[in-house]
Amino acid sequence: MSSNRRLSYSLAINEALHQMMAADDSVFLIGQGVNSPWYVGNTAQGLLAAFGDRRVIDTPVSENGITGTAVGAAIAGMRPIVVHPRMDFMFYAMDPIINEAANWYYMNGGKASVPLVIWGIINRGGEQAAQHSQALHATFAHIPGLKVVMPSNAYDAKGLMISAIRDPNPVIFVDDRWLYELEDTVPEEIYEVPIGKGAIRKTGSDLTLVASSFMAQEAFKAVQELSGEKIEVDLIDLRTVKPLDQELILESVKKTGKLLIADGGWKTCGLAAEISAMVCETIFGYLKAPISRVTLQDCPAPASATLEQAYYPTAETIAQAVRDLLQSPTREGLYPDLPKKQ
Amino acid sequence: MKYSQDLLECLYRMMVRIRLCEESLVEPIIKREVRCPCHLYSGQEAVAAGICASLTKADYVWGTHRSHGHFLAKGGSMAAMVAEIFGCASGCSRGRGGSMHLIDPEQGILGAAPIVAGTIALAMGAALASSIRGDNRVAVSFFGDGATGEGVLYECLNFAALKKLPLVFVCENNFYATHMPIRECRVENSIYKIGEPFCITSYEVDGNDVLGVYEVGKKAIDQCRQGMGPAFIECLTYRFRGHVGPDDNIQGDHTDIRPREEIEAWLQKDPISRFRDYLINNGLMDRKILDDIDRGVETEVAQAHAFAKASPHPDKKDLTRYVFK
Repeated sequence: MSSNRRLSYSLAINEALHQMMAADDSVFLIGQGVNSPWYVGNTAQGLLAAFGDRRVIDTPVSENGITGTAVGAAIAGMRPIVVHPRMDFMFYAMDPIINEAANWYYMNGGKASVPLVIWGIINRGGEQAAQHSQALHATFAHIPGLKVVMPSNAYDAKGLMISAIRDPNPVIFVDDRWLYELEDTVPEEIYEVPIGKGAIRKTGSDLTLVASSFMAQEAFKAVQELSGEKIEVDLIDLRTVKPLDQELILESVKKTGKLLIADGGWKTCGLAAEISAMVCETIFGYLKAPISRVTLQDCPAPASATLEQAYYPTAETIAQAVRDLLQSPTREGLYPDLPKKQ
Repeated sequence: MKYSQDLLECLYRMMVRIRLCEESLVEPIIKREVRCPCHLYSGQEAVAAGICASLTKADYVWGTHRSHGHFLAKGGSMAAMVAEIFGCASGCSRGRGGSMHLIDPEQGILGAAPIVAGTIALAMGAALASSIRGDNRVAVSFFGDGATGEGVLYECLNFAALKKLPLVFVCENNFYATHMPIRECRVENSIYKIGEPFCITSYEVDGNDVLGVYEVGKKAIDQCRQGMGPAFIECLTYRFRGHVGPDDNIQGDHTDIRPREEIEAWLQKDPISRFRDYLINNGLMDRKILDDIDRGVETEVAQAHAFAKASPHPDKKDLTRYVFK
């Protein structure tokens, strides 16, 4: 077995699905377009031939009913994966996801859990405008009872899909079409990437940069570029949006005293806001400068390519935000009358 | 004789259990000893009892906000249900759900929820699970006429028919969606006809005739078990109490919803006294046996309340327990 086999992000997901369906008869895939590369790329290739149409179920356009069906099947002992090839369409299924799946275990006093993966694909860019482009991870992370994972590379995509399938709770698995071609070293065997654990992608002491999913890849490019400018950044890839790996973030900020969060979602009440509040609440005394955020503006996704370029932050946006933050006045400079830190 | 003594006794006892348990909640609700909203099932007992009589323990049922009857009829413990309604840690949902969230997976009661039509797709999921595993279980989705206004019902009718899932849609038409009479909700009042465009075998039945419901339910469930796809049953019935709590919602009263004459006419069709008269008049069961059943149920109800009264409430320190498994 090769230890350094390269595999693309989308085929890593595909391999996770093949291996978990082979390992466990209760795992099945359901959703619109699971047999169609048009919808799910090559993530589902070969599944129908291997497992048949009883366990690889292409469906009519009925997001609410089909997601509810996956929830009910999970409560009845199966481990379904329900896919939404455009994450935007999940809004049709908010009732089964939130009112039912997220609440079920709690409101029934732990008598029945919902071991379900709800897989939403972010599909932005390409002038697809506001209803084919939304990144909704923060919306779901707000809901008690839901876990939310967002792998940024092929290794994590496979490992987190496996962990999500094995988890006894509903897990929102968010991937991004912009990552599908990225290759990484991916072990051939079944392995887990633990839910709730982030990863340090690069170490440095000047600043902490937190990102996830596609933004973690952009952040990595930015950090490499900044290295040439003698700016050394601690880069944390969250991997899981909920539950947050608070300890990893806090330890890094204690070291650097400066925090920049790069998120592919909107600013208001978003993931970056949550991380910012968590850090302020917990280790305010360690902060040397105001926390900074790189996010989408509070604006729907546009169609025209020129507007798209203005809308989506890139490695360069992040690098500039790092430079700006490092040049911003320190706590002492901003508030000279504050008592000195102990 | 067409029906076994066991079946007749079973149907009668179940309806009496549901009725007496429901009515036993009226006083505690008025006294605010029960604080969670209770949507009483009195008047609709023939539906739960008649349908569930053809289900096995392994089959699945899913309910709504008005599911005390479904829970009992599918084998749920009356004591655990009453304890849940009183908010006790010993309740079937450990005090996290209340009256609207009743569950007992051991008995195939996979849950109930008050989002109108919210559990129909979940019931379809249980039917799909059965179909994938090939374990021959049938799922029953109980819902009210109000759910016919929700789009997800039609998504489910289509998909269940498409995949020939073992799912029985049971619509309990009690003619009111909370406060709104059905004539103000729909232009076509024959709800069972909504199954027909999806090629689903559809029935309309007098929901206050327990043997009528039993017959139709048995046909529908048998059809599912034979892999012939879903069935739809509309049960015409009436709730003796108002939408929530013991209030009757009589016109002229503060809730001002239902004409008094309408309620009185339906009380004449009480499914329990109708069945009791039928059994006695046809010499199928002695009055004494029926009276003994009544007394036995009275004891069970008293014991259920005693169990709830003796049960502690959940500990505050356990507030966030069960958010995640």
